[in-house]
Amino acid sequence: MADITFNDIIKPENLTYKKSRLMTDNVMHYCPGCGHSTAHRVLAEVIEEEDLQSRTVGITPVGCSVLMYNYIDVDFQEAAHGRAPALATAVKRLMPDKFVFTYQGDGDLAAIGTAETIHTCNRGENILILFINNGIYGMTGGQMAPTTLEGMKSSTSPYGRDIATMGSPVKMADIVAMLPGTCFVTRHSVNTAGGVRKLKRAIKKAVQYQNEKRGTCFIEVVSNCPSGWKMTPVESNKWMEENMFPFYPLGDIKVPAE
Amino acid sequence: MEKELRLMKGNEAVAEAAIRAGADGYFGYPITPQSEILEYLMEANPQVTTGMVVLQAESEVAAINMVYGGAACGKKVMTSSSSPGISLKQEGITYIAGAELPCLIVNVVRGGPGLGTIQPAQSDYFQATKGGGHGDYHLIVLAPSSVQEMADFVELAFDLAFKYRNPTMILSDGAIGQMMEKVWLKPQKKRSEEILPWATTGKPATRERNIITSLDLDPARQEKFNHKLIAKYREIEENEVRFEEFMTEDAEYLFVAYGTSARICQKALQLARDEGIKAGLLRPITLFPYPKKRLNELADTVKGMLAVEMSAGQMVEDVMLSVNGKTRVSHYGRMGGMIPTPEEVLENMKSFIKG
Repeated sequence: MADITFNDIIKPENLTYKKSRLMTDNVMHYCPGCGHSTAHRVLAEVIEEEDLQSRTVGITPVGCSVLMYNYIDVDFQEAAHGRAPALATAVKRLMPDKFVFTYQGDGDLAAIGTAETIHTCNRGENILILFINNGIYGMTGGQMAPTTLEGMKSSTSPYGRDIATMGSPVKMADIVAMLPGTCFVTRHSVNTAGGVRKLKRAIKKAVQYQNEKRGTCFIEVVSNCPSGWKMTPVESNKWMEENMFPFYPLGDIKVPAE
Repeated sequence: MEKELRLMKGNEAVAEAAIRAGADGYFGYPITPQSEILEYLMEANPQVTTGMVVLQAESEVAAINMVYGGAACGKKVMTSSSSPGISLKQEGITYIAGAELPCLIVNVVRGGPGLGTIQPAQSDYFQATKGGGHGDYHLIVLAPSSVQEMADFVELAFDLAFKYRNPTMILSDGAIGQMMEKVWLKPQKKRSEEILPWATTGKPATRERNIITSLDLDPARQEKFNHKLIAKYREIEENEVRFEEFMTEDAEYLFVAYGTSARICQKALQLARDEGIKAGLLRPITLFPYPKKRLNELADTVKGMLAVEMSAGQMVEDVMLSVNGKTRVSHYGRMGGMIPTPEEVLENMKSFIKG
C-alpha cells in the first residue's frame, strides 16, 4: 500500500463524484450543516446535466439565499422580498423558451410574498418555484416564520408559537396544490443521500414539465436551520425528522397525468 | 400600421403609442383614472400582432415587479397606475433604479393623500422627482400637457430609459388621461430583437453570468455605486432638460407651470396680455432634470415668478432653488381634484404683482 501515490488515485476511472462545473469556487456564506448548499448543488447538477445553462434565468429571494447568484454560474435576477414569482412571470412570458426558476425561503414565499405565490401558481406560469422551508427567518436572526411549528421557540416567539395569538403554521405546498395552475407539487428534503436523489429526480421532472408548458411546478424542500434553531447540525436534522416531517410530510402532493 | 390621425383619450394614446413604439410588455392593475390603458391594451391584443405581452397583475406591487423582471431581460416594458397605486409601486421602482434598469412608469395623478379623490391633481411631484422610494435615486420625469404628448412621450421615455439605464416616468394627471384630443400616431415600429450585453437572457459560453441586483453588502463599494448614480444624474441634467417658453422675450412676470396647469396658464397668459400685463410662461417638460439654468437666467429679467400647480406647492420649491433668491417667487394652487380657471390664475398673478 505504501507504493500508492496521490497521482495513482486521481484518475478518471476512480472518479465517483465531482462538483458540478456550474458551482462557482466562491466560499458559501451558509452556516455549517445548513440545507441551502445541498439544495443549490442539486439544482446546479440538474441545470448542467440537462444542458440548460445558456437558457436559464434564476430569481433569488431576500433571505439567506439572497446571494445564491454567487454560487451557481447562470444568469440571475435578485428580487425584492417575496416578489420573485412576479419577476419570473415576466421573464417567462417575455422569453418563453428560457428555463425560469425562483428560489425562495419560507418568510419570502409564505409571508410577504403570499399574493405573488398564489397568483403566479393560479395563472399556471410555466416556471419552477423551489421553496426552502426551514420554519424560521434565518438571515435576520431566527424570528418566527409563517411555517414555524406550534410551540417552536424563536426570537419573536420566545415562549413558543402560540396558535391562539400567532396563527397556525402554513402549508403552502398544500395550498398551491389546490390551484388548477400548478401541475406538479412535491415535498422533499436534503438531509439524506436518498432524499437528495429524490429531489434531483423531482427537479428533472419540473424541467420536463416546464419544457412541455404544463403549468407551475412547486417543489418544497423541508430543511434545517442549525443556527436559527440553536442546535448542532446533527441535532437539527434529528429535530427536523421528528418534528417537521410529521407536519410537512415528504412526497408528491400533486403530479400531472403522464 | 401607418402614421395616423385619431381622436383619443390621453390614456388610450399612451396604450396605442406603446404598441407602436415596439414595447415588449405591459403589466398593470386597474385604478381610476387610468384603467383605460390596461383596457385598451387588452382589447387591442398586441400579443397576436406585435408579440407584446399584456398582463393584468394581482396588484400594483406585482405589476412593478413584473416590470423589474422584464426590464432585467433587456426588454422594453412598462406599467401604469394612478397615485395610490404608484405609492404601492415605490418598492419596485427603487429596486429598478438601484439595479439600473430601463422601464417606463406612467402616473395619471389623482388627488390625495390616501385614497383621496379620482379627480386630477399634481400632488405627486415630490414623489416623482425627488425619489419616491427609499435611497438616493432619481427617475427621469416627463410631464405631458396634451394627448399628443401622452403619445409622443412613450417612445421618448423608452429612449431615455435605455440611453441611461434608468426608469423613466410620465407624470400625467386625470385631466390629460381622460380628455380627448386629436393625436398623430407614429407608424408601427418593430420590436427589438437585440440581446443587450447586460441582460439576463441565459448565459452563453461567450460571457460571464449576468447578475441583476441592487444589493452590495460592502459599504465602500455601495458608496462608489451611489457616486456612479449621482454622476449619471448629473449627465442627465446636462443633456436632457426640456422645456417650452411662451412670450418670455419681454416678460416682466412669469408663470411657471407643467401639464394641465400649463394649459390653463397659456390661457391666463393671453388674458393678462389683453390687459397689458407683460406675462410669460415657462413650461417644464422634464421635471427631472428640471430647467434650473433657464429659470435662473429668466430671474435676471423678470420681476417675479408665480408657480401654478394643482398641489399645495411642490414644484415651487424647485423654482425657488433655481432662482436662488434673485427674484420673488410665489405659488398658487388648487387641490383635492379642483382645477383652477384661467381667470382665477390671472387674479392671483395680479395680486402677486401688487405684492
